[in-house]
Amino acid sequence: MFEGLSEKLERSFKILKGQGYITEINVAETLKEVRKALIDADVSFKIAKDFTGKVKEKAIGQKILTSVSPGQLMVKVMHDELTELMGGESEEIQIKGNPAIILIAGLQGSGKTTFSAKLANYLKKKKGKHPLLVACDVYRPAAINQLKVLGEQIDVEVYSDENSKLPVSIARNAIQYAKDKGRNVVIIDTAGRLAIDELMMNEIYAIKKEVNPQEILFVVDSMTGQDAVNTAKAFNDKLDFNGVVLTKLDGDTRGGAALTIRSVVDKPIKFVGIGEKMDALDVFYPKRMADRILGMGDIVSLVERAQEQYDETEAKNLKRKLAKNEFNFNDFLKQIQQIKKMGNIKELASMIPGMGKALKDTEIEDDAFKGIEAIIYSMTPAERENPKLLNGSRRKRIAEGSGNSIVEVNRLIKQFEETSKMMRMMTTGGNRKMMQMMQQMRRN
Amino acid sequence: MGIFSFFSKEKKQDLDKGLEKTRENVFSKLSKAFIGKSKVDDEVLDELEEILVTSDVGVSTTLKIIERIESRVSKDKYLGTSELNRILKEEIAALLQENNSGDGEDFDIRPGVKPYVIMVVGVNGVGKTTTIGKLAYNFKKAGKSVVLGAADTFRAAAVDQIKIWGQRVDVPVISQGMGADPASVAFDTLKSAISQNTDIVIIDTAGRLHNKINLMKELTKIKSVMQKLLPDAPHEILLVLDGSTGQNAIEQAKQFTAATEVNALALTKLDGTAKGGVVIGISDQFKIPVKYIGIGEKMTDLQIFNRKAFVESLFEQSK
Repeated sequence: MFEGLSEKLERSFKILKGQGYITEINVAETLKEVRKALIDADVSFKIAKDFTGKVKEKAIGQKILTSVSPGQLMVKVMHDELTELMGGESEEIQIKGNPAIILIAGLQGSGKTTFSAKLANYLKKKKGKHPLLVACDVYRPAAINQLKVLGEQIDVEVYSDENSKLPVSIARNAIQYAKDKGRNVVIIDTAGRLAIDELMMNEIYAIKKEVNPQEILFVVDSMTGQDAVNTAKAFNDKLDFNGVVLTKLDGDTRGGAALTIRSVVDKPIKFVGIGEKMDALDVFYPKRMADRILGMGDIVSLVERAQEQYDETEAKNLKRKLAKNEFNFNDFLKQIQQIKKMGNIKELASMIPGMGKALKDTEIEDDAFKGIEAIIYSMTPAERENPKLLNGSRRKRIAEGSGNSIVEVNRLIKQFEETSKMMRMMTTGGNRKMMQMMQQMRRN
Repeated sequence: MGIFSFFSKEKKQDLDKGLEKTRENVFSKLSKAFIGKSKVDDEVLDELEEILVTSDVGVSTTLKIIERIESRVSKDKYLGTSELNRILKEEIAALLQENNSGDGEDFDIRPGVKPYVIMVVGVNGVGKTTTIGKLAYNFKKAGKSVVLGAADTFRAAAVDQIKIWGQRVDVPVISQGMGADPASVAFDTLKSAISQNTDIVIIDTAGRLHNKINLMKELTKIKSVMQKLLPDAPHEILLVLDGSTGQNAIEQAKQFTAATEVNALALTKLDGTAKGGVVIGISDQFKIPVKYIGIGEKMTDLQIFNRKAFVESLFEQSK
């Protein structure tokens, strides 16, 4: 996510490398670079200044430790500081109370409506709740309809009143409705508003007073620049919100807003939006984000996402099939689909330490598997079940059917054979043989 | 934010009372730092750096501006703060591309092109559809006929949103519903414009993050499908940037330009505290002029970009 920043930091640390110890002079050069990098990552000017000041103090205090390289030492100091700046531990959303009431606030276009629906989906699927979405954006054309469409997608009811222009009374009525219908979480989506628009800020304050929410979440676009400080502060002064949601983080190379907001308003970032799909929502982990910013990768998130998609009975089934040498193209297809469910491949790969930088200019397409799938879908059910059937004429037909050349079909079949061999070794414990084979594959 | 104070009185009165802020001219702050000095010193430059950086101008563009000022001051022999102010504004304005039409006041299009096709692109939530509604209003007011193409067929209720704008402004909207092929919608819109002899076509597109390769390819496709009907369409590819976006806007400009040859910018949401300074670097680097600015949610809240007013606004602060 933050390739831009970590790259720049890496470059500035290089200036330090090759020097024996940290002095006031050589650290000053690096810190200037660090500050520039932070500002270019949209960290607020003042916070970047404070931050580099703190890092400098700590770095110079540690100059006696000559056993570690100055670069490594600086990374550690920066990492500790970054983690602290972003709030240390992750914080969960408060959904106590029946119904628990969550109020969503933010600027125009920050992604409130999409987030509201994602949150409803999250609470329904992961917390076993029965949410009700409330459409209180009575201003933007089709905003109510937008929430309704999303509600339908995730099968969550949306409360709206298209004849009313009064968000406060819509919210009030919605809560009564939720009580009557036994909904235990109410998520109130509101109109986008500017922090300096007094009328609109008073309106959302009135909604807060009326419904007394357990949780107020401030939704902010992760691409926001220096103005993040002003806006976050103004919303916090008015609403005293409980947490922040950072959206559109899937498209970002920087994201200084994440670094800034917590320290300005002293409120935790609770969620991050990472795509347009309804399950593209993640909990925010400050430490992991610090890791990522410093190019240390994010293995934990990767593992968690893999686990989420892992189906135990499915895996046992697969193991049995492999042992019996019955792994076929249907299984292969299932594997591909599972990987796809985990999300954008480039994003996944960038979570692996060191990969973020390596992948920066490589284009991995979302549909990297499309060609493979097309070939498999062009096989008859019998062929998918039993790959041994695939003789020359069948391969030719598949190539034509899927719009590929026969070379590509052959390549896929070879890949498939190697994969199934490799997987069989993994399950039957032939580790050394597998390593040999992987090396061989790499040479091919 | 001070863009308002430099537009005509009539326009200024359009603004909601609630949006008005007290402002302090930062030039006075700069001037104070200057008293009794014969050259631009570190204190002045630091002050200048902070003003520019906190307006999202970005480090490299800020350094570029400072360098240019330093060299001009040493060459021209600095005389007083009023000269510095003038030089400062000139240098920043110089980085902003001139509009094709000059720094005009009116909503106008290239003469002799009919229909004139505008394709509107940008990341999610920047205000594309709202800008289109306002553009349609202004063009119609200027006596042109307009048709809108609802080619955002992806985001929930996007088609409804542009249809409501069509009703408000009273211009036709061509749509095929949600999930339809956006290129096909654009094609239909153009076809309708040609047969109805419409002056201006505006195509809405779905918001997309610039690093999603397939979605960027889709834009290229929409463009090339329109060229089947009109080889030189679209005449204007308008990239809409959110005024509160930081340095990421540069990457947006780069990627959208690579996919569609963006030739005009619109900067939205300037009625807040955001300054939108990032367009200075974009304009300088990619030679794309800023054409419009959005300053509110009403139909009338779109203005032709004025370089001078924009630069002035960078140096104003809310108290």
